[in-house]
Amino acid sequence: MSQNAVRPTPASPTPPGGHLLEVRDLHVEFRTGEGVAKVINGVSYHLDPGETLAVLGESGSGKSVTAQAIVGILDTPPAHVSSGEIRYQGQDLLRLPEAQRRQIRGREIAMIFQDALSALNPVFPVGWQIGETLRQRLGMSRADARRRSVELMDLVQIPAAAKRLGDYPHQFSGGMRQRVMIAMALAMEPKVLIADEPTTALDVTVQAQIMDLLADLRRDLDMAMILITHDLGVVADVADRIAVMYAGRIVEHADVRSLYRAPAHPYTKGLLESIPRLDQRGGKLSTIRGLPPNLMRIPSGCPFHPRCPYVQQVCVDVVPHDLVLGDGRTSACHFAQEVRDDRAG
Amino acid sequence: MFRFIVRRLLQMVLAFFGTTLIVYALMFAGQGDPIQALAGERPVTAAQRAYLTEKYHLDATGVGGFFYRYFDYISNLLRGDLGESLTGRSIGDILAAAWPVTIKLALIAIAVAVVFGVTAGVLAGIRRASIFDNATLLLTLLVLGIPTIVLAPLAQYFLGVKWQLFPPTAGADPDFFALLLPGIVLGSLSLATALRLTRTSVAENLRADYVRTARSKGLPNRRVVSVHVLRNSLIPVITFLGVEVGNLMSGAIITEGVFNIPGVGFNLFRGIRTEDGPLVVGIVSVLVVVYLVSNLVVDILYAVLDPRIRYE
Repeated sequence: MSQNAVRPTPASPTPPGGHLLEVRDLHVEFRTGEGVAKVINGVSYHLDPGETLAVLGESGSGKSVTAQAIVGILDTPPAHVSSGEIRYQGQDLLRLPEAQRRQIRGREIAMIFQDALSALNPVFPVGWQIGETLRQRLGMSRADARRRSVELMDLVQIPAAAKRLGDYPHQFSGGMRQRVMIAMALAMEPKVLIADEPTTALDVTVQAQIMDLLADLRRDLDMAMILITHDLGVVADVADRIAVMYAGRIVEHADVRSLYRAPAHPYTKGLLESIPRLDQRGGKLSTIRGLPPNLMRIPSGCPFHPRCPYVQQVCVDVVPHDLVLGDGRTSACHFAQEVRDDRAG
Repeated sequence: MFRFIVRRLLQMVLAFFGTTLIVYALMFAGQGDPIQALAGERPVTAAQRAYLTEKYHLDATGVGGFFYRYFDYISNLLRGDLGESLTGRSIGDILAAAWPVTIKLALIAIAVAVVFGVTAGVLAGIRRASIFDNATLLLTLLVLGIPTIVLAPLAQYFLGVKWQLFPPTAGADPDFFALLLPGIVLGSLSLATALRLTRTSVAENLRADYVRTARSKGLPNRRVVSVHVLRNSLIPVITFLGVEVGNLMSGAIITEGVFNIPGVGFNLFRGIRTEDGPLVVGIVSVLVVVYLVSNLVVDILYAVLDPRIRYE
């Protein structure tokens, strides 16, 4: 295994009070019967109050695992956080005892999941599930929790909320179910909302509605949001910054505008080029060749090198550090500047 | 739900006639001369023969005669008259004496299965691959592998005769203590199945997405397991136990036989052995109803437990 792990490089100077949430050089392994899978290999990112960070990557790139590590809901075993820090308001969550960490869950950092049908408990009415947080965590009475649940369901624009309180998750449409999920996450007015592929399981038209709702809620409730997705199209309108993940690392980190205009990592470039575009009709859709690496045997040097069109010998031998490109941009590529300036693609 | 129940009740009527017809046919098809069978070795006088022939409508022959006797029997049955056994005792009285014993035995068996099986299953499911999990796996495989016909005499010999911890046989009108050992033996099979089922169900549900959601709400682990996981995990277990109650209520031929318990299974076995047609058909007819009703109750229970299931 490579000894020279990616050095954490803050993408922007730390504000005086520190970031709201900061992940520093996080390493997570999955210890299974077949061996150790290195799922997260030195991820660092941060989130400031009121901003939206999009975390982008293919399945298995480690974006959800990082989020689950932040919330503290990784299944351990097999998952194991081997090193790193997760600082929330300056406090390292990984060093907190479980009882204190639990207090932060839902109240400070809440999470919504991809498939609301399986993420909601099938045998309890949705009103009960939203109210459970209020009753258990805030000690609300049954009647108060019920009233507040209706308010929350109104907030996420579920029609006839009061009537639907007693309905079960399977009685809702996909979009409405995701709204229930969001209402549940908002129950304790968290400061950070982590949305893990919130629209992946939904129809395209409903996807847009849910994204708009999330963006509106983030603004109205003054939350910070981490939006995890594999869909570049989803993030453009909503996110302030984008962190692109590959094989458990952040390979590129930039504000949305610069990243779309001039990606500085071949992987990001490949992702952008594989989006179908109206102005290139008839042409062959470009793809990134090859498959994401097996996390039990991550390639030497730059993990992307077997799939990279820019590959050189140095990529096979040396793990690239984050190259600072200015404007808070970083790229973990030996040829970041060349890639950024190579407009021809 | 109402329509579902009505439909099921109509199906039950069909099932009732079908099963009683088959049992009635099988029981009387094998016999040679029913009157001689009734009398056993003793000679039958012409007057007795004439009386019995008229009483049991044996003068009508062939398929028509069979159905005549069957409908005669069913119409008596529907009036609540189960008839008499060949020994002249009212079958209703036999069942009235036997059933409370069987029910007591069944309740002990189910209590054993629930208290030990479900509890151990939940623990094994939570601590998957632990020593406890593996130990229970071994034990349940052992119990499931030994048939009752071996397990019951073994338990009777060691616990009843050799170490004298329990009464070895129950005898007439047994009390709770006398039924305890047979109840445990009878329940051990349900216990083993309930344990495996609970364990698998809990282990599976612990990995479910909604558990992750519940954790992300900041609920303590205790609540996540005891409310979210258990409520889902116990759906198949309760269904199994419901069916099992129905089975146990209909008596346990082997266990009741080994421990000499005068329950339903014991009487049924005696009826079969002595070729007592009316007794066998009488008991089986009632068992059919018990089965049908318990299955209906399980189906309704299932819909109550799992809101995703609605029979409409």
